Amino acid sequence: MAGQATAFTAPTPHQSPGLPGLSLLGFNRAQSIAFLLLLAVLLVGPFVLYPVFLMKLLCFALFACAFNLLIGYVGLLSFGHAMFFGMGGYVAAHAAKVWGLSPELAILAGGAVGAVLGVVSGWIAIRRQGIYFAMITLALAQMVFFVCLQAPFTGGEDGIQSVPRGNFLGLFSLAPDMNMYWLVAGVFLAGFLLINRIIHSPFGQVLTAIRENEPRAISLGYRVDDYKLIAFTLSAALAGVAGGTKALVFGIATLTDVYWAMSGEVVLMTLVGGLGTVFGPVLGAAVIVSMQNYLAEFGAWVTVIQGCIFVACVLAFRAGIAGEVGRWLRVRL
Amino acid sequence: MDAILETQGLSKQFLGFTAVGDVSLSVRRGSIHGLIGPNGAGKTTCFNLLTKFIPPSSGSIRFNGRDITRMKPAEVARLGLVRSFQISAVFPHLTVLENVRVALQRQRGGSFDFWRSDSVLRRFDDRARELLEDVGLTTFAQRPAGELPYGRKRALEIATTLALEPTMMLLDEPTAGMTAEDVDRIVALVKRVAQGRTVLMVEHNLKVVEGLCDTITVLTRGRILAEGPYAEVSRNPEVVAAYLGSDPSIAGGSAHG
Repeated sequence: MAGQATAFTAPTPHQSPGLPGLSLLGFNRAQSIAFLLLLAVLLVGPFVLYPVFLMKLLCFALFACAFNLLIGYVGLLSFGHAMFFGMGGYVAAHAAKVWGLSPELAILAGGAVGAVLGVVSGWIAIRRQGIYFAMITLALAQMVFFVCLQAPFTGGEDGIQSVPRGNFLGLFSLAPDMNMYWLVAGVFLAGFLLINRIIHSPFGQVLTAIRENEPRAISLGYRVDDYKLIAFTLSAALAGVAGGTKALVFGIATLTDVYWAMSGEVVLMTLVGGLGTVFGPVLGAAVIVSMQNYLAEFGAWVTVIQGCIFVACVLAFRAGIAGEVGRWLRVRL
Repeated sequence: MDAILETQGLSKQFLGFTAVGDVSLSVRRGSIHGLIGPNGAGKTTCFNLLTKFIPPSSGSIRFNGRDITRMKPAEVARLGLVRSFQISAVFPHLTVLENVRVALQRQRGGSFDFWRSDSVLRRFDDRARELLEDVGLTTFAQRPAGELPYGRKRALEIATTLALEPTMMLLDEPTAGMTAEDVDRIVALVKRVAQGRTVLMVEHNLKVVEGLCDTITVLTRGRILAEGPYAEVSRNPEVVAAYLGSDPSIAGGSAHG
């Protein structure tokens, strides 16, 4: 797997020729600029675009970033990430509706269930590599799908509907879209920065070593399975947070989000945006979610168009949007 | 004799085929020990057994007085038995400096702190630069390791291994595929870094073996054929027949690559 993953990663120059002044939060200069742009879009976005659309986009962007942590920085291709996203959604929806938890706690509950599922499924899956790893995660995700279809609390085909958004910290009503938007933007930003910190931590350094050459990392005395399991759990927890947030935004948790097609969609977003880049998954999520929204009138053709874009990406745009742009500008995004 | 690494009746079968059979090997502390033999003799399998990358079918391995037969490879590395690889094993997208630093980082124990900035690793930079200087890679420190020429990658690999301060190094064909000039550099390097350590190396290049190794063990068909100093073993008629005799280039020294 490591070989395949690095093949997709852009061979980018390692040092960005740097004005030392501009480097925020461990970002290099180009990333700092991109990050400021991202902040600007987050701030101005809801005044220009429909906030609900933006919230959906941000939930998927966080989901894709969480997924990218595994594929891009550990070289593990999970094909079952929908189980964390979808289950996070169900649990957050249940917590908010039935237990009456406040939205921030409901979202955290979604993250917690993602983490628990992540530990269990990761513990089973990391014993295998490459395609076998992907197939085990897919199989486990299908089992979770079946549970969601049958378990009473998920509401089967109906899902959990009319979930209240509640009051943030018990004080601010999230019913107005603009209020909800700031919470979602905050959750996204916190998740995004956490992932960035993980990548640029001593732990992240070992993860990169494992991605680059697993036997060598072992021979240096690293118990690589422990590192993989922690990374898998972190990724799953963040996917759960993303799913939980999405459930609150739309007031509904359904089978769509635990279905295997959702696992495929997050792969697509990450590939289109750029594997192993910090900003790629955000761009990829923006492209895919926008397409689904604005091409919705073409009905089933959306899938066909998505398929074509996927093929085009793999053939011509192997490093994804962020990867290719980074290559042109000779920076690492 | 003070043996640092000892095996008793070490065997490995693959689907009934005996790759390594009943190998009882003893490596003296502080020596450079060569493991040679014709292609398919089981050298690499033996090597992978010793570093625990594959489990033995039977037999036992003791390192520094401890039974390591059932240990995992990462644990063996932590005990100070560190291996290199036949194909150069660097982390290609990390810089040369980071390659060494990942090994130095092991001193922290487990690096599970994902919430901390990697600037805490800067305290290893000085030691990493020293190690790079030691193997002549100072000018490449900030380059991605994947861009290094082959011989330099092997040097980087040795620097990375040394960063762990191993008690014993296992080198899998350190000079394979190198130009003559690179071979000389690596031989000098191995000789230097072997001071105060034990080295076991698999090597095809007999000139290298002759120049470096205190003791050699000859394997054929998974079994030990002879053991002793190079001069003695190279006169052994069985060895000549099984290995050296089949290879006319022995007179010139370099058998392969």
